[in-house]
Amino acid sequence: MDSNIKMHTQALDFFYGAFQALYNISIDFIENQVTALIGPSGCGKSTYLRCLNRMNDLIPGILVKGQTMLDSQDIYNPSVDVVSLRRRVGMVFQKPNPFPKTIFENIAYGLRVNGIKDKAKITQIVEKSLKQAAIWDEVKDRLNESALGLSGGQQQRLCIARALAVDPEVLLMDEPASALDPIATQKIEELISTLSSKLTIIIVTHNMQQAARVSDRTAFFYMGKLIEVNDTDILFTKPELKQTEDYITGRFG
Amino acid sequence: MKRQHIDKTVQSGFLLVALFSITVLLLIMVFLFIEGLPILDHISVKEFIFGKYWYPTDDPADFGIFALILGSVCVTLLSGLMAIPLGIMTAVYLAEIASPRVAEIVKPIVELMASMPSVVIGFFGMAVVAPFIQELFDIPVGLNMFNASLMLAFMAIPTICSISEDAVFSVPTALKEASFALGATHFETIVKVVIPASLSGICTAVILGLSRAIGETMVVLMAAGGAAMIPGSIFDPVRPLPASIAAEMAEAPFRSEHYHALFAIGIVLFVFTFIFNLIADYISHKFRQVGEASL
Repeated sequence: MDSNIKMHTQALDFFYGAFQALYNISIDFIENQVTALIGPSGCGKSTYLRCLNRMNDLIPGILVKGQTMLDSQDIYNPSVDVVSLRRRVGMVFQKPNPFPKTIFENIAYGLRVNGIKDKAKITQIVEKSLKQAAIWDEVKDRLNESALGLSGGQQQRLCIARALAVDPEVLLMDEPASALDPIATQKIEELISTLSSKLTIIIVTHNMQQAARVSDRTAFFYMGKLIEVNDTDILFTKPELKQTEDYITGRFG
Repeated sequence: MKRQHIDKTVQSGFLLVALFSITVLLLIMVFLFIEGLPILDHISVKEFIFGKYWYPTDDPADFGIFALILGSVCVTLLSGLMAIPLGIMTAVYLAEIASPRVAEIVKPIVELMASMPSVVIGFFGMAVVAPFIQELFDIPVGLNMFNASLMLAFMAIPTICSISEDAVFSVPTALKEASFALGATHFETIVKVVIPASLSGICTAVILGLSRAIGETMVVLMAAGGAAMIPGSIFDPVRPLPASIAAEMAEAPFRSEHYHALFAIGIVLFVFTFIFNLIADYISHKFRQVGEASL
């Protein structure tokens, strides 16, 4: 089993200045599975997610302790190149954030900054990524129009396509459907299931039904601590702790 | 008095004040045209704009302002060449790269530069820069197009920098994060995401900075050399439009041809700055990019 662990953290602590936001978090993320992080607002699940591609580095005054391993490498080791780490660990954000460029350029951007110059190859990957994100049919005739003209759900799938274009091994998703209507949400969820055959996906969500629908494993966070992590069907039916049960049945949170 | 009445009175009061200042400005404009247009009784528009010789006190006098226009345009372009890259790069540095502590100190200093009286800058150009460039480039006079452009660039940089800084600073964090998350470096993010997203603000900043330079009088009067000739190199003295008006108005006899010609120069200058402002307005609307997704 151990060889299937794509990413894991061991005793991870996180500080914003003097404030400790995460305590002793240890989770294994299994290759080509979807892991959902759930918990009430402010419990630290987004902060934790952003530790996994070092996005928190952009905030001054933070401190990360413990081990964060991608394959066999600690990503906080000083020798690690953050830029290439972020190419391997992609991210989709809560609000769709396409660049104010054309649809084509949105996808091509990640390829260009990663050194791909061959136009034919770029065109080919753009098409492949848009197909993977199940948005190709909707945008194939308007690749040169601004991405800002798309609907919110389309924008979010475009952002997923943009993340997929650089061929990441792990995809972090920070409440990717929370700003979308139910139909767009359903499309995103279907997409997650399809993608999980090739990718390790870690998704933060407020929506417990969503966690139950899309994930293989679920981790429950509360007040900066990891309360329980288990296979999703076990966690949602026979949680070990009363605190978890109270949360998933809606008695608090 | 009832509250509704007070409200009405206050509204009318504000209307009157607003009307007053607009009316005064309008009257100045009308006056400019009344005093400037009579020159067309003596000379055609084409001869006035494209005439190469400006000898207003000769008999018969020549009122061709082409050399003056060229002087203004060249000085402005050259100062833009210096001020635009410096201003924008400073803005990017302050908004994106500098630590908050450094930005906190440097930003007010840049804005303070904008409040430097132009006569001080002109004097500096005359007394310090002129002898220096005379020596450095081994040229006969230090008061020339290059000197004036350098001084105007100093005046335009604070404007360009502080307006661009606002534009760069207001690029949403979400866009920058999206770029970082794709494995872009900070430099790539600045060049390919931040600057394009703030381009409309930067263009506005450039146009406003340059329109300040083209209308500036004191600096060009003191540092440009004042020769009404078509410049052959950047080290030739020039006589931009505002400098001509300022230098000659006192000696032009009231309502003479020369007097009307100077007002007509004022009209030309007004048209220039007006066009600049129109372009700025157009660009800031045309290229307005909404940074974040609209749901």
